[in-house]
Amino acid sequence: MSKPLKQIHLAAHFPGVNNTTVWSDPEAGSHIEFSSFAHFAKTTERAKFDFLFLAEGLRLREQGGKIYDLDVVGRPDTFTVLAALAAVTEHLGLTGTINSTFNEPYEVARQFASLDHLSGGRSAWNVVTSWDAFTGENFRRGGFLPQEERYSRAKEFLATTQELFDSWHGDEILADQESGVFLRDAKPGSFVHTGQHFDIHGQFNVPRSPQGRPVVFQAGDSEEGREFAASSADAIFSRYATLKEGRTFYTDVKNRLAKYGRRHDQLLILPAASFALADTDAEAEELARTVRRQQVSGATALKHLEFVWNRDLSSYDPEGPLPDIDPDVSDNHISKGRAQVRMYRDPLATAREWRELAAANNWSIRDLVINTGNRQNFVGSPETIARTINEYVQADASDGFILVPHITPTGLDAFADKVVPLLQEQGVFRTEYEGPTLRHHLGLAHPDDLQDEQRVAS
Amino acid sequence: MSPSSSSPSLLHLAVALDGTGWHPASWREPEARPRELLTAGYWADLVAEAERGLLDFVTIEDGLGPQSSHFLDPDERTDQVRGRLDAVLIASRIAPLTRHIGLVPTAVVTHTEPFHLSKAIATLDYVSTGRAGLRVQITARPSEAAHFGRRTIPRIEAYDSPETQELVTDLFDEAADHVEAVRRLWDSWEDDAEIRDAATGRFIDRDKLHYIDFEGKHFSVKGPSITPRPPQGQPLVTALGHQTVPYRLIARQADVGYVTPHDTDQARAIVAEIRAEQETAGRADELLHVFGDLVVFLDDDPAEAAARRDRLDTLAGEPYQSDARIFTGTPSQLADLLGEFQAAGLTGFRLRPAVLGHDLPAITRGLVPELQRRGAFRTDYEADTLRGLLGLDRPANRYAAA
Repeated sequence: MSKPLKQIHLAAHFPGVNNTTVWSDPEAGSHIEFSSFAHFAKTTERAKFDFLFLAEGLRLREQGGKIYDLDVVGRPDTFTVLAALAAVTEHLGLTGTINSTFNEPYEVARQFASLDHLSGGRSAWNVVTSWDAFTGENFRRGGFLPQEERYSRAKEFLATTQELFDSWHGDEILADQESGVFLRDAKPGSFVHTGQHFDIHGQFNVPRSPQGRPVVFQAGDSEEGREFAASSADAIFSRYATLKEGRTFYTDVKNRLAKYGRRHDQLLILPAASFALADTDAEAEELARTVRRQQVSGATALKHLEFVWNRDLSSYDPEGPLPDIDPDVSDNHISKGRAQVRMYRDPLATAREWRELAAANNWSIRDLVINTGNRQNFVGSPETIARTINEYVQADASDGFILVPHITPTGLDAFADKVVPLLQEQGVFRTEYEGPTLRHHLGLAHPDDLQDEQRVAS
Repeated sequence: MSPSSSSPSLLHLAVALDGTGWHPASWREPEARPRELLTAGYWADLVAEAERGLLDFVTIEDGLGPQSSHFLDPDERTDQVRGRLDAVLIASRIAPLTRHIGLVPTAVVTHTEPFHLSKAIATLDYVSTGRAGLRVQITARPSEAAHFGRRTIPRIEAYDSPETQELVTDLFDEAADHVEAVRRLWDSWEDDAEIRDAATGRFIDRDKLHYIDFEGKHFSVKGPSITPRPPQGQPLVTALGHQTVPYRLIARQADVGYVTPHDTDQARAIVAEIRAEQETAGRADELLHVFGDLVVFLDDDPAEAAARRDRLDTLAGEPYQSDARIFTGTPSQLADLLGEFQAAGLTGFRLRPAVLGHDLPAITRGLVPELQRRGAFRTDYEADTLRGLLGLDRPANRYAAA
């Protein structure tokens, strides 16, 4: 008997600060005005996606001591946009990245619980960590966490907010106008948390929200990040969107669940994926090439090389050969506020590899960056893209994808109109939302039911 | 100093939204909807009603701990509304559903980050296309400090002691610093910083982005903001004050101050004090509104309003007391009183409905038409932004080269 078809989960990332949005395209609109977010969210909901995702930025990136000016720069506040989007959508999940280093649990718990109430149970939190003093210069608590403490703070931060969410059980408010009893208990929301990072107590002031707790996502890929996700998250955002890498990652993370007493379906694996969609496969290939060249200008290519070289390369010709000097391997000083820098842990090896690639293919600096940098994960006609996405999911390379269009805010329109119906015809994607909350869309249990289930099991 | 876009004889009206209303027994009234306080629909209906009445703006109360009948400590009462949602997020949730009315959530600045607050209010300004404001509040509650665990705030024992004065002054000075950092962040992008220059590949002109380099006693902030300058340039900043120290915050940093005079003499004295502080702060030529706060019980028959207040007091088990004057009477009587206060120097009013479900419609459908008959209130929204409604210009960016 063949395995039943897995249902695909799809979400959309409204790209904020990034190096993939083709902002110079005449169709590219505002990345700040609410009308852009509303358009994007309505398309996403029309396509019956699980949720919309917003990242966060807390300090403008710098390169060579100056604000980085080649990519989209600037974005609105995550919570505030998501709350407003709740007004123009009915079902769509609303997911925001909120940093656990530059916030305090009481405040973040209030905001997520409020968002969950105001959206009727559609909120989700992508928990991220940082440690750098560079970002910390914008905050009154200052810089800094020793790097090794960032996950310990994140874990305790998340656990603390969950204690706050759970401090109201949901049955405290009677509001009996006749008898005059508003509250069942005199001190609902009471909490005491004593830990390494937080020593707090008192009363939480937001009653229990529709989802009980917002859905939790995790995005870090380190060993600690994977463990954190396996122990505490409902979904993990990965960047492994090839079949082989995806399957390896999928297996690794799902296998970590058992030791936390969790089942395979309690953690979804959702890689980010870009796409180039056109009427035919050939046109899509052409579009993909065009988009890659638009994404990587000569200036962008040089800046990209600077991450690895850790030197000012502005005197080089982007259409010329790679620098023959070696990267500066002292502490990175050229680029600040960009996670990508950490991807190149061995700059000398990376430089060597890139020089060999460039020599073998006769690539200029810009050619190299175009060919080694961001590629569209799915390129083709609607049929090709629908088939490929389904293949990845059925092969357990992922449970679905977070699509990142290269045009804001209309970049998802064609996908919604042309690819989604094909997935629906194949019976692997919903035609209607089955329930009101994001937990429904993701097939996740309500935390209260889960606790009951665990009590019965133990 | 009179605003150019509205006649000086017009007064401004805001309404303060809190739970089911300002009387602690208000939730027991038939119109109160106490089970819906945590839903978006409840707040959408209230703000729609306020907008129907052409009010300048609504404020939304908030706090970093449970509501309490005690000024400093949580209480253990079960007979009053407890629990609430984040006010900035309520305002943002309502913004796309309204078109003209200003949205002014409360934010407690004692334990929160200026960087986060600045981008949140800037974003509220984007989602409302220019109708955002901020009501700045401090907290001296030790219990709320314990929710953050980063500092302790000593419990105020005697209000007139030097220690208390020092604590209160310090909290308000910190609030002034907080607002200063927020305001600088709003200006940290010049309006035309986004250039999308395809020729050079530059998305922004980084010379039009500015580090704010704020250094204060309690914190420092580098900047620039992550969010471009909001539509109003500077969203509205407001604060409530009852004495000299908060009046100084109003004079230094606010666009609208709320005060609580109980008669016209007191109103005159408060306005004079704020104007003097405003001059000391070097802002004498800037328009600063001083609004009177009043709790209102409004009915067509004054006896009915008084009876309603008595009934609610009986339900609450004690007479309702407030920092603000409590008005009980008809819309026409209230219009008389507002006129007298206006003559004493107040430029507008923030009314606190005793029962939102009753007194808010009484404001929009009773008081507003009465004021309009007297030529004292707008008959249509005359501007697209909250600053515009209040006759405030869009300020120049402090960092832009002249």
